[in-house]
Amino acid sequence: MFKQKWRQERSNHIMLLPGVVFLFLFSYVPMFGIIISFQKYYPTKGFLDSEWVGLENFQYIFDLPDFSRVLWNTVFIATMKIILHLIVPIVTALLLNEIRSALFKRSVQTLIYLPYFLSWVILAGILMDILSLKGIVNQMIEALGMQSVFFLGDNNWFPWTLIISDTWKQFGFDTIIYLAALTGINPTLYEAAVIDGANRWKQTLHITLPGMAPIIVLMMTLSLGNVLNAGFDQVFNLYSAPVLESGDILDTMIYRIGLQDYQFSVSAALGLFKSLVSFVLVSVSYGLAYRFANYRIF
Amino acid sequence: MITRTSWSRRSFNLVNYAILILLSALCFLPIVHVLALSLSSKIQVTAGNVLFWPREFTWASYEYVASQGQFFRSMGITLQRVVLGTVINLALTLLCAYPLSKERGDFRLRSVYVWYFVITILFGGGLIPWYLTIKNLDLLNSIWALVLPGAVPVFNIILLLNFFRRLPKEMNESARIDGAGDWRILLSIYIPLSTPALATITLFTVVGHWNSWFDGLLLMNSPDRYPLSSYLQTVITMPDLSKFTDPEMARVYNLISDRTTRAAQVFVGMLPILLVYPFLQRYFIHGIVLGSVKE
Repeated sequence: MFKQKWRQERSNHIMLLPGVVFLFLFSYVPMFGIIISFQKYYPTKGFLDSEWVGLENFQYIFDLPDFSRVLWNTVFIATMKIILHLIVPIVTALLLNEIRSALFKRSVQTLIYLPYFLSWVILAGILMDILSLKGIVNQMIEALGMQSVFFLGDNNWFPWTLIISDTWKQFGFDTIIYLAALTGINPTLYEAAVIDGANRWKQTLHITLPGMAPIIVLMMTLSLGNVLNAGFDQVFNLYSAPVLESGDILDTMIYRIGLQDYQFSVSAALGLFKSLVSFVLVSVSYGLAYRFANYRIF
Repeated sequence: MITRTSWSRRSFNLVNYAILILLSALCFLPIVHVLALSLSSKIQVTAGNVLFWPREFTWASYEYVASQGQFFRSMGITLQRVVLGTVINLALTLLCAYPLSKERGDFRLRSVYVWYFVITILFGGGLIPWYLTIKNLDLLNSIWALVLPGAVPVFNIILLLNFFRRLPKEMNESARIDGAGDWRILLSIYIPLSTPALATITLFTVVGHWNSWFDGLLLMNSPDRYPLSSYLQTVITMPDLSKFTDPEMARVYNLISDRTTRAAQVFVGMLPILLVYPFLQRYFIHGIVLGSVKE
């Protein structure tokens, strides 16, 4: 009986084998590699012979004068992104929903989700030009008689440049998700509302928004897991020495300590700190998504 | 349905159209502007005369981009990684999604495997242990370093397995009665039935590999092994025309500046994506809905 069942299921195991092996090599082995954050790791000595130092590396990080500022930058930038990534797409979807012309609707959708597909290398190239002091944006600002702004070199502006340009890249994609939820709303609800004398605004408030509520709750809970993800690709391509103060985030700090200063153990310790906090956040967010939006990843 | 177009409704519509046109312009015009810069001469660009149409039209910036031997070497490496990476990603997505889409009764260890996959989403080793792992596997500087570490796209597997679960079970059962095994069912029933999902995943994978730049920067020791995105990353964020001393190109040199060449590099980097974009958008609304809205 057991043998027969095993034969029936054998092909499942064979199919999964390559995926299991690759995940083991490139996801699980690095998890074991975390031990170097408790060592004074030298590549020549390897994992086994490097000296154990306990929590010294963590002590070192938490004592760094930059640490609290970088942590604040990360949380601030990420949180602002999360908020705008919720509001802007929802509003855009509601506005698009009021459009009758299918052609116009489709054209707007096509244009607004284009930036989503471009990498931060490309988008940084564009932003570095249009936001420079001689760029087209400052030309317009000056034409309006205002002082030009160094968006990428001024600590007051840089975090907001990151937050808004990231929303610019992402909002078209999220808008589609909300629009998809809107198509699921039963049209008879609107007809009934019209008969009851509800105007468009009342319809939006009492039918459209409640109809979107499940997906909004889902997106809110899932985004909680991103509180420490301020966007490495974006910051790495846009930041420079003058804006380290306002734009340096955990991920860029991990990169610089590890791969520019070659302090492998310190960098790994900082990475572990981030992974652990993120693990808690993502677990909580999945838990909440399951509880409130009945969402399961598998 | 009878609707009365009131004055307030008309003015709302007007504002609404204006906002949406503005949003579209914000996403589209920067690209047009960069294209115009790349096709204009240095003098016009520096003078700030170029908006959305090239002034003193010239291909000089593109000639400069093409004069860099590294550009074509990197393009070759990128083509390699896109083909290899997409084939491997797709094969593994199919092979993992099929067994994981089964019910527990048909595959007892399913939940063990599911956890094995989910844990990798929840927790990771971080940058340095990941880098050291690839180094210790002796993959640095080889094309496999760009392809194998991301060989198992867990999110795509989830996407596809949810699609598989919605296929009618009766087909599966009758195929089994006719004597088909798991491999046959996957190849002859599941794959043909899920072409829209597979098209979405393929296009996303191709775009992902094309755009991926950080792994190349990190895992290739010498710049002549960089894929195109990594090469573009270095030249776009640190433009340097001083290396450009070929006397035969003096004519070109007078027409270009850091800004025009960067614009050209940016445009070359996004061109393939603009070309596949019509296909992308045809499938991908479907693809997103597939992943985000479940019963």
